[in-house]
Amino acid sequence: MEQKGKELKVSAIENGTVLDHIPADQLFKVINILDLQHSPHPITFGTNLDSKMLGKKAIIKISGKFFKDEELNRVALVAPSANVNIIRNYEVVEKRKIAIPEIIEGIAKCSNPKCVTNHQKIKTIFTVITHNGATKLHCHYCEKETPIENVEVNSML
Amino acid sequence: MPKSLISIHDFSKEEILHILDIAADFEKNPNQPILQGKVIATLFFEPSTRTRLSFETASNRLGARIIGFSDAGNTSVSKGESLKDTIKMVSNYVDLIVIRHPLEGSSRYASEVASVPVINAGDGANQHPSQTLLDLYTIRQTQGRLDNINIDMVGDLKYGRTVHSLLQALSLFDAPQFTFTAPEELSMPNEYKEFLKERGIPYHETTELSYGLNQADILYMTRVQQERFSDPMEYEKVKNCYSLTASMLDEAKPNMKILHPLPRITEIAQDVDDTPFAYYFKQAKNGMFVRMAIISYLLGYR
Ligand SMILES: [Zn+2]
Repeated sequence: MEQKGKELKVSAIENGTVLDHIPADQLFKVINILDLQHSPHPITFGTNLDSKMLGKKAIIKISGKFFKDEELNRVALVAPSANVNIIRNYEVVEKRKIAIPEIIEGIAKCSNPKCVTNHQKIKTIFTVITHNGATKLHCHYCEKETPIENVEVNSML
Repeated sequence: MPKSLISIHDFSKEEILHILDIAADFEKNPNQPILQGKVIATLFFEPSTRTRLSFETASNRLGARIIGFSDAGNTSVSKGESLKDTIKMVSNYVDLIVIRHPLEGSSRYASEVASVPVINAGDGANQHPSQTLLDLYTIRQTQGRLDNINIDMVGDLKYGRTVHSLLQALSLFDAPQFTFTAPEELSMPNEYKEFLKERGIPYHETTELSYGLNQADILYMTRVQQERFSDPMEYEKVKNCYSLTASMLDEAKPNMKILHPLPRITEIAQDVDDTPFAYYFKQAKNGMFVRMAIISYLLGYR
């Protein structure tokens, strides 16, 4: 509980979710992935905030909204450094890092223009592989690999 | 989901060897109508006469009947029917589907939608596993083993899916040695060289056809396609350096055999056909026995 004073800065909403440690230049991608532009909830954004870790970071606070893990895991594709804070009654009740899932379904787009998933209505499936420090997505269908930084992400439907 | 063959990775080393053994049995006795009363669909969304005839002959020799199309041009597909609907419909009618499709990953998807086994007869530049199995069959037939094979791969190593799959399949066996002979524009992609490095498998790269020729047990020739080159002059140059003639084979190992997935254009001169090294026509015939083996295995008959 010694942390409480510090946490209040990010937990100034009564109930909801705070996403912290988003690289500033990825803010709009995160908004898009979580489809926040269509959200009815009160949302506060901050960007170009100083961060020791990232240089410039962004933060998003969404009041009254709790995401499913699979929704938040989408964020890992564009902001693997992000933190999730779950706020209840002005207190951080859960704080965790976003994890890149081992399997990514239906979010990312295959970068191979000849992949069947880019031509038919098919949910994409990728296996996440890390090799020599580089993270790549291996397409279950066309078997091609896309570096994670080149992955295009579909917003939620 | 019934067992399908979409990628060479779908079969373990043991299954691969089992398929080759069944194929050897079919070669001894090609007319075994064990699939009488079965119906097999050959769905060729892009034409490939050679592959289709091989699969259809294999099915006929097993006693199965065949439905299908050889070109999507005048089917419901050209009216915009989804791949899913076509496969769902056809799997109601038949016991096994052979599919060839220009889009990569289409065969994997078809196997997930179908209620019967699916064999991938080529999905764009991705996989063509029956070709790989017939290559392995032919290597074993000519060398008496699959371990310790020295193979010189020649031609288009960048886009040639047959060489990529064969490289991965041979890596399942002991001590393969690779030579990659290709023009710079068409050299073996890094991901495959990495694949070999990780497994400690040696390879040499060269642009000279003479470099690996005399050490090779297998000379695996592929077609260099003109459309791969941005500069037509470059193509003319390359076309001639990778033309194998009988006179170049004087110092080849006596057990050396030349394979080629066919059709050949200028990479192998006609005078090579009469040397004891030529094996590409027998290789094509082997394709039929291997496809008989794959079909009967997937249907649970062998
Ligand atoms: Zn793909």
